[in-house]
Amino acid sequence: MGGTDGQREGAPPGSAFTPEEVMRYSRHMIMGPVGPVGQRKLRNASVLVVGAGGLGSPVALYLALAGVGRIGLVDFDVVDLSNLQRQILHQTADVGRPKILSAKESLLAYNPHVAVETHELPLTSDNALEIIPAYDIIVNGADNFATRYLANDAAYLSGKTLVDGSILLFDGQATVYTPGQGCYRCLYPAPPPPGLVPSCAEAGVLGAITGVVGSIQATEVFKQILGIGEPLVGRLLLIDALTMEFRMMRVRRDPDCPLCGDEPSVRELIDYDQFCGTPPLVVVEGAEVAAGVHA
Amino acid sequence: MAVTVYVASVIQRAVGDQKQLEAEGSTIAELIDDLESRYPGFRVQVSDESGALHRFVNVYLNDEDVRYLQGTGTALSEGDSVSFLPALAGGR
Repeated sequence: MGGTDGQREGAPPGSAFTPEEVMRYSRHMIMGPVGPVGQRKLRNASVLVVGAGGLGSPVALYLALAGVGRIGLVDFDVVDLSNLQRQILHQTADVGRPKILSAKESLLAYNPHVAVETHELPLTSDNALEIIPAYDIIVNGADNFATRYLANDAAYLSGKTLVDGSILLFDGQATVYTPGQGCYRCLYPAPPPPGLVPSCAEAGVLGAITGVVGSIQATEVFKQILGIGEPLVGRLLLIDALTMEFRMMRVRRDPDCPLCGDEPSVRELIDYDQFCGTPPLVVVEGAEVAAGVHA
Repeated sequence: MAVTVYVASVIQRAVGDQKQLEAEGSTIAELIDDLESRYPGFRVQVSDESGALHRFVNVYLNDEDVRYLQGTGTALSEGDSVSFLPALAGGR
């Protein structure tokens, strides 16, 4: 099990921006919809990124660059050479190191004014409702169905907005779930049987599509924090990298949804391995040895 | 009734590695029948033995999930597009 390790080198939330910060964030602050007030909103915001991999890397990077004050990362995996084709927070020298450490170092190297909190553990039903409520917005960069349903349920039960994204092969998807306006269970009521839908490790993924989807997720986080634009709530963005077609589908709140429907039956976190039919996670000395609920 | 069918990458192998194709049918069920007749094995990718759509595969008529229309009985019109979209879990 890991812990929480925050680091903050910048000014406290209520203080004035230093000249260095004003210069650093100037391209945001000169935009009317952001301005100094919006930049302060970013500094006072907290965002949890589930997974420090393909999606989590670009999301966390853009959050840090923009000066989002408190960034939480959940991951317990170690950097593998095969990650480096797309996971931009980690470098060759990081192979074998915990992702959470290389991710934190990278983020602070880009912007020492933000606080990076590391949760070096798998997100589970036992800890999700301790971690997630401590953040304003949750970003889903998980790589398996069990964690996706877990993050969805925990975010909903905590009253938090979940910025969701997923990738496989040359395809990407992104949407935003706000409590009361639909959730992942409304979109996909049940997970596929194990083995039917391959993972990125099994089927592959275009490295650059993680940057596309992750950047869209980061953009949606900024819109949520700043209160601007039209969020991807109620809409599922589909991206086909090969045709470069972006299409939009509707996402509706399902009145029969067991989580957010009219008569919910899911009122607390469940056993997501059992729900998804996946083997339970086994972690030995920080190394993943079996698939399961993890980010 | 010719409609344009979009197939997500993960199940394109079931339709000869095509991402977009034309198919016939006056309903979603008939459309799946047509695809199954030309690409045996397609049906099991999107529905069970009873013909009910898998709960992890969304089928959209244009931009609307057919679960909120008439399911597999949803009527199709000339020029419609139908998308088959299984859940994706990839994130890293």
